[in-house]
Amino acid sequence: MLKDITLGQYFPGDTPAHRLDPRTKILLVILYIAALFSAKGPATYGAMILTLFVCVRISRVKARALFRGLRPVVVIILFTGILNLFFTPGAYLFQWGPLHISDAGIRLAVSMVLRIMLLIMGTFLLTYTTSPIRLTDGLERLLNPLKKLRVPVHELAMMMSIALRFIPTLIEETDKIMSAQKARGADFESGNLFRRAKAMLPILVPLFISAFRRADELAVAMECRCYHGGEGRTKLHVLRFAARDYWTLAFGCAITAAVMTLAHFGY
Amino acid sequence: MAVMIETKNLEYTYPAAEEGGTGTPALRGVNLSVEKGSFVAVLGHNGSGKSTLAKTFNAVLLPTGGQVLVEGMDTRDEEKLLAIRQRVGMVFQNPDNQIVANVVEEDVAFAPENLGVPPEEIRRRVDGALADVGMSEFVRHAPHLLSGGQKQRIAIAGVIAMEPACIVLDEATAMLDPAGRQEVLATVHRLNREKGITVVLITHHMDEAEDADRIVVMDDGKVAMDGAPGEVFTRVEELRSMGLTVPDTVALLYALRQEGVDVPLDAMSVEACAAAVAAAVRAE
Amino acid sequence: MKDILQIENLTHTYGIGTPFQRDAVKDISFTVREGEFLGIIGHTGSGKSTLIQHLNGLLKPTAGRVLLGGRDIWEEPKKIRQVRFRVGLVFQYPEYQLFEETVYKDIAFGPINMGRTGEELDRCVREAAKLVGLKSATLDKSPFELSGGQKRRVALAGVLAMEPEVLILDEPTAGLDPAGRENFLANIRDFHRNRGGTVILVSHSMDEIAQNVDRILVLKSARILMDGPPREVFARADELLSAGLNVPQITRVAMALRERRVPIDPAVYTVEELQRELLALRKGGAAC
Repeated sequence: MLKDITLGQYFPGDTPAHRLDPRTKILLVILYIAALFSAKGPATYGAMILTLFVCVRISRVKARALFRGLRPVVVIILFTGILNLFFTPGAYLFQWGPLHISDAGIRLAVSMVLRIMLLIMGTFLLTYTTSPIRLTDGLERLLNPLKKLRVPVHELAMMMSIALRFIPTLIEETDKIMSAQKARGADFESGNLFRRAKAMLPILVPLFISAFRRADELAVAMECRCYHGGEGRTKLHVLRFAARDYWTLAFGCAITAAVMTLAHFGY
Repeated sequence: MAVMIETKNLEYTYPAAEEGGTGTPALRGVNLSVEKGSFVAVLGHNGSGKSTLAKTFNAVLLPTGGQVLVEGMDTRDEEKLLAIRQRVGMVFQNPDNQIVANVVEEDVAFAPENLGVPPEEIRRRVDGALADVGMSEFVRHAPHLLSGGQKQRIAIAGVIAMEPACIVLDEATAMLDPAGRQEVLATVHRLNREKGITVVLITHHMDEAEDADRIVVMDDGKVAMDGAPGEVFTRVEELRSMGLTVPDTVALLYALRQEGVDVPLDAMSVEACAAAVAAAVRAE
Repeated sequence: MKDILQIENLTHTYGIGTPFQRDAVKDISFTVREGEFLGIIGHTGSGKSTLIQHLNGLLKPTAGRVLLGGRDIWEEPKKIRQVRFRVGLVFQYPEYQLFEETVYKDIAFGPINMGRTGEELDRCVREAAKLVGLKSATLDKSPFELSGGQKRRVALAGVLAMEPEVLILDEPTAGLDPAGRENFLANIRDFHRNRGGTVILVSHSMDEIAQNVDRILVLKSARILMDGPPREVFARADELLSAGLNVPQITRVAMALRERRVPIDPAVYTVEELQRELLALRKGGAAC
């Protein structure tokens, strides 16, 4: 059923990772990415793998879930690996006709593949341990200073959280519309790409119209509950840093600095 | 008694679809006064203007003629807009299209957050509102997984969290199954009785109006009838001519009266009706 | 009258193998005779929606069979779409599925999928429009210009245009006011009488079902609780009440009268019937 799609794969729990402030986690991911992209050799990549391993343990993610998170990018990983393996110039180790594998090629392929995998798994941990609402709250707080530059931070955050809230509702509605059109003989399975695209019209048109109607009604409902923009708004849950957030961020900075320094020296 | 909402010669015409066309008049001079603490049901067929009327009560629609006063505040006064909307809350027909957040407590907190209420106070109001509608155990649930009746109760909680003086339900039970309708009605009746919140119930289900203090019947943009349920429901022919029905009990009593049986027309509840009919049958 | 639909030991299980596994419909068997007007009633979650989606092949049984005109509809899975042309299903709030530029085109969607063209197609569309009371001028309008009630009639026409042998309606009057309800039901009654079609009406409203059907199927918790003509079903009002269903208000009045020892036939379920009984009692000297 369409209903089984869960975006971002948030898994409720009470691990130390779950208890961190979402802002901490977002900042950690940024530090992680910075470190990851500076990593050069076995030492630095090793450090990144170790870091990820520790984070995975703290979040108590199951290995299976973690690797399932890689599924959408399997093609990219393979593609990158193969491309780098066979088409990197350098001292040839093996050669079969037009294809050749160089020492540099092996190293590049491995590091590129590792980079992608570590990147995906790291950000997966973020969405695994942070609910979409907390994530949006965290982002909103972090981006708040941008308000001075006239960036509509509150509006963007509101749009994101409303979109997230309506995803399951719209999926349900798509299901219903599909059933109704199938009941009139619509065929969504057979035919070439063009035919199938055309067959989506009886679903997309009602869905869009319904989405606009919902938006209209929701806007009125929000105004009736005194919504008047971000000015003067308070929040039920106020994000507050705790000691563990400061410590974790400190660690994160330290590791990133270490990795970047080591990488600078070619490790 | 204090007046919650008052309309004076209220007119509303929907704007024309095209340039230079004429709009559709929906309200043609409505004079109504809703007392604080009362439970008023507004009935009428689709197109009678009842929904339009509801929307003028908290300035969703502004009068094109006449006035609407909420506790003395004119709804056209822009500076009083937030105050008016805090005093008169509204619950709409589609349960899904009023829910803003992913988590029940966040949704109920929406109104107080908008009003700048301090966080501890928001917490207190959210918990209080959920208790008032009997949904406390769902505080951290995802709203989209709830039934229609439960969603509407969350919507009501979201309105109560503003601490309004009046709640308007604009066909809020139209999309619910009988169980859901009962949940919602029981909730608003309790709020009316125990907290003195004024309730205006817009509906086309006759049976929902039976327990109201007062019924206002709208027809063609005007008030056609205004009185206690016992008075209004007995005007069977008039109601039928307006495309409305009467409860089965009243229909039975009316039919018996046509045949000369001496039964009162206002014994609306099942028990009262049975008692009246039994007495009449035995009296012969 | 032969059986047009036979449902044999139908079971449908959702979420097999997950912790959310549940039987929405369990071991349900019944038949529908050609030309019958059947009502299906049950509390939310009793399995009504799941059941009717099996009748036109939108859902596949986990166990059991559905036979249309004596043949298992899943005999040739690739041809399941043909079943949907013979068993038309109108969902709740069907006006939300309209999508074409004109009313005419939207009504034509079903027949076009069936392969109808030219004059045949035109005939189907216009007849269906007439059946639901739409004027020919409306056919050229955009469906989105119409009122909610009119849109719903367009949606009904869209299914009628396929000229199905069986018409299934899920809560067809949901959200309509009393006048709108009567109108819509009148259209359905016309289809039943004049076209001789079989009609299955799913509803929450006991009153609505009582006034229109020949036979009632009561579902409770994925199974059939009762199956019989209205007088039989309403005579067991206590069971209905405990199954979380309402009985028509007039039936409750009859029950209350019987408690007061006024002898009313337990099967009474319309105002007219109760009125007649009471008048008869009066004339015949009141029993006490």
